[in-house]
Amino acid sequence: MTAALDTGTALGKPIRRKEDAHLLHGQTNWTDNIQLPGTVHMAILRSPMAHAKITKLDVSGALKQTGVVAAYGAKELGDLNGGVPCVWPVTDDIKMPAFPALAIDKVRQVGDCVAVVLATSAAAAVDALDSIEVSYEQLPAVTDMEAALKSGSALVHDEIETNACYVYKMPCGDYAASRAKADVVLARRFINQRLIPTFMEPRSVVAAPMGMSDEITIWSSTQIPHVLRVLLALVTGIPENNIRVVAPDVGGGFGGKLQMYREEILVTNLAKKLGRPVKWTETRSENMVATHHGRDQIQDIEIAATKDGKILGLKVTLLANMGAYLQIITPGIPLLGMFMYPAIYKMDSYDFTCTGVFTNKTPTDAYRGAGRPEATYVIERIIDELAAEIGMEPMELRKKNWITHDEFPFTTVAGLTYDTGNYEAATEKALAMFDYDGLRAEQARRRASGDPVQLGIGISTYTEMCGLAPSRTLGALKYVAGGWEHCTVRALPTGKIEVVTGTSPHGQGHETAWSQIASSILGVPVEDIEVIHSDTGRAPYGMDTYGSRSLAVGGQAIKAASERLVEKARVIAAHQLECSASDLEFINGTFQVKGDPSKSQALGAVAFEAFTAHNLPAGVEPTLQAEATIDPADFSFPHGTHLAAMEVDTETGQVKLRKYVCVDDVGMQVNPMIVEGQVHGGVAQGIAQALFEGAEYDDDGNLLTASLADYLIPSAADLPSFDTGTTVTPSTTHPLGTKGVGEAGTIASTPAIINGIVDALRHLGVTDVAMPASPQTVWRTIQAAKGGAK
Amino acid sequence: MAHITVTVDGTSYNGEVEPRKLLVHWLREDIGRVGTVVGCDTSNCGACTVLLNGRSVKSCSVLAVQADGCEVTTIQGLSDGNEWHPVQTAFKECHGLQCGYCTPGMVMAAVDLLSENPTPSEREIREGLEGNLCRCTGYHNIVKSVSYAADLMSAGPTKGAK
Repeated sequence: MTAALDTGTALGKPIRRKEDAHLLHGQTNWTDNIQLPGTVHMAILRSPMAHAKITKLDVSGALKQTGVVAAYGAKELGDLNGGVPCVWPVTDDIKMPAFPALAIDKVRQVGDCVAVVLATSAAAAVDALDSIEVSYEQLPAVTDMEAALKSGSALVHDEIETNACYVYKMPCGDYAASRAKADVVLARRFINQRLIPTFMEPRSVVAAPMGMSDEITIWSSTQIPHVLRVLLALVTGIPENNIRVVAPDVGGGFGGKLQMYREEILVTNLAKKLGRPVKWTETRSENMVATHHGRDQIQDIEIAATKDGKILGLKVTLLANMGAYLQIITPGIPLLGMFMYPAIYKMDSYDFTCTGVFTNKTPTDAYRGAGRPEATYVIERIIDELAAEIGMEPMELRKKNWITHDEFPFTTVAGLTYDTGNYEAATEKALAMFDYDGLRAEQARRRASGDPVQLGIGISTYTEMCGLAPSRTLGALKYVAGGWEHCTVRALPTGKIEVVTGTSPHGQGHETAWSQIASSILGVPVEDIEVIHSDTGRAPYGMDTYGSRSLAVGGQAIKAASERLVEKARVIAAHQLECSASDLEFINGTFQVKGDPSKSQALGAVAFEAFTAHNLPAGVEPTLQAEATIDPADFSFPHGTHLAAMEVDTETGQVKLRKYVCVDDVGMQVNPMIVEGQVHGGVAQGIAQALFEGAEYDDDGNLLTASLADYLIPSAADLPSFDTGTTVTPSTTHPLGTKGVGEAGTIASTPAIINGIVDALRHLGVTDVAMPASPQTVWRTIQAAKGGAK
Repeated sequence: MAHITVTVDGTSYNGEVEPRKLLVHWLREDIGRVGTVVGCDTSNCGACTVLLNGRSVKSCSVLAVQADGCEVTTIQGLSDGNEWHPVQTAFKECHGLQCGYCTPGMVMAAVDLLSENPTPSEREIREGLEGNLCRCTGYHNIVKSVSYAADLMSAGPTKGAK
């Protein structure tokens, strides 16, 4: 399997990115840069209340304002007020209330869309919002998940008569039996707080009807142009073959742009209705309330083990906050975590229950890791707690229970088959890089001396499932789409190559990495390869970019299409060279007759023959292109060991991340520079959950962290540099031997940080610290453990 | 409306502008310099950073009328033709960008940082860029890029060319 990688010269090299030149010179094509003649700008009147009846709505005042072209509430919009569909009905009896673009009669979250104004400038549209007359009758806000499930709670959606969206159960083995056998049963509750994706480029959409034709082009800052096209067709009724969706330069996503948003429906429908381009770009403050959030689970976990540290079983009971509505895959996010609670550990039983709960908050959906960070946090936290409970070194407890490298492929208690892995190797390397023993000795010294600044060591030995996904598996989970990926490779008459991919990058460097894969097979220099993506007009088939799937799935399609192209070319070359196809070798982009290198034809020359078609063998069609649509055989399972040295000032609660070491095994690497960059960014976002970020609401359902002044994403001054390393255990279910890397760092790092803080304070009686572990939170935790002030 | 004349990336522009209009909106909407971007509405993210008379400013925190008579340098005017500014070279070499949205502001802030302190330590780089947020890189490679740029610039102008 590694042979394919060795044939190329470009693979595995830290080639500098093709994408960078235009980004570094401001020659960019962000959606908000698009200024089409005749554009009208949309502004949205949003609900200031979390839960209220709309008692009056009159948009007529806005129509009198300068520059205003149109204004609509739900009533005026009528049939064009399409709703956001949920495409992941996880159970047969899931409650899926309507989610109209503009609220009808009632608002259910701060930021709910109430009315829109369209004007000839963005400023005029915003100004005119003040002329809309609206009044509300406030209703009690549902903000607490446990209270929401009690009888008598106010209802987010009256018509479904409950705030429970669904209950999903997955019992694996006999947990009750494991529990009965156990010497130790440890139960804990963890809170995985609500996060806001906070990609740097705010969302933006432009829709333009194309002249007299029926075609409409939609530019959107989205991760999913292909999926969006299908969904927009279904929701708007515009025939799919008249819709072109383009995701131009897209400034980050992290799952937050894996969505079809209300605003995309409104812009599309209104452009069609008005017959002119409509544009909307969110402000950051809109983004904080109106772009879906992530995480937000109450996690009860119980672990059953023997007193010498053998894990017997695990029970996980979740409350997952859906928010006010179901976005496209809101209910499914906890299920992506469901399989990963047992993680790298062997056990007899596992019992999982998740209840999805409606509240009057922004809907949740995918955010970097999507379910797996939540799972990894809980299992890695409880492992540390179990170690403390039975008096075992936490790394030793892990070693005692993890799957050893000679046990792969290994089918876990949750039913996944991990193809490969080597937790021992990654851990050994990480321990050495970290100076684990040295830091443990320093920790002991500080503890003995009563140093006010205590040292803690945080461990996270994670794995994850990514590379979404085998379509059959998605179907079994009731997801209404597949997980395949497409690639077309074209050899142009001038020798240039086009790689048409269905992935849709927004920072991941696909143009560079995909060129490296194709180059390694076609023998064409990376600079002669153009990767075409993110435009349903130019790259019509694809399932887009999320779930660390682009290389793991899309990479397979590039490999397969490139190899098919070589085989097509081989037939033509054999005809030209008057030999049989089997007599040809393909070396560095040239076909040559075995044993007679003087008789040869380069791939570019073959492409020209295919173009002129003057002398093609019988039955061979002109043009030289090949395509592949690949459904992955299985998920991929990156893993690694992350270690954090945390200094905690026990007098102030100040936490300092002194050192962060991670060794990740993401299988074969196409471009190690890009891999490392993905790890850095992922680790930073996971650290941010542990230390800085949290979407806070008050009891009335107001988002208190509704701007970048209030929601703390880390700056350069808040983070250290990271010591990264890798081990390479190739995946055997993926022909390139690659796994995914986009989410690994985020999945791994959060528990490493919190485990480190708790480890620093355990001698004071601290057994948990809530996230984000701000100085105030840490200080209060210390005081509470001491029996002092709360 | 007020009349302003501003030199942007070496070209003089003049026109009428609403007094409330922010410099970044004037750059983007009125004169089409869309290389500079908007990332927030609270002056936290720094994506809109430009040089105003040679010093970095967040162009969302400056009114267009305040720039009257000034020189503005944006990411689009940092290098001329094929010559890359050493900071641009360094960001590419060190993979200091991923999605690239914070990049216009990050690069301009780094240019100003290095003009003030040509040999910054890692700590000084991190604190110097505190007003510019990046969500992709974890800052690791941004810090490396600025350090690398400092080396390129101290080695003389020819080393910065690419």
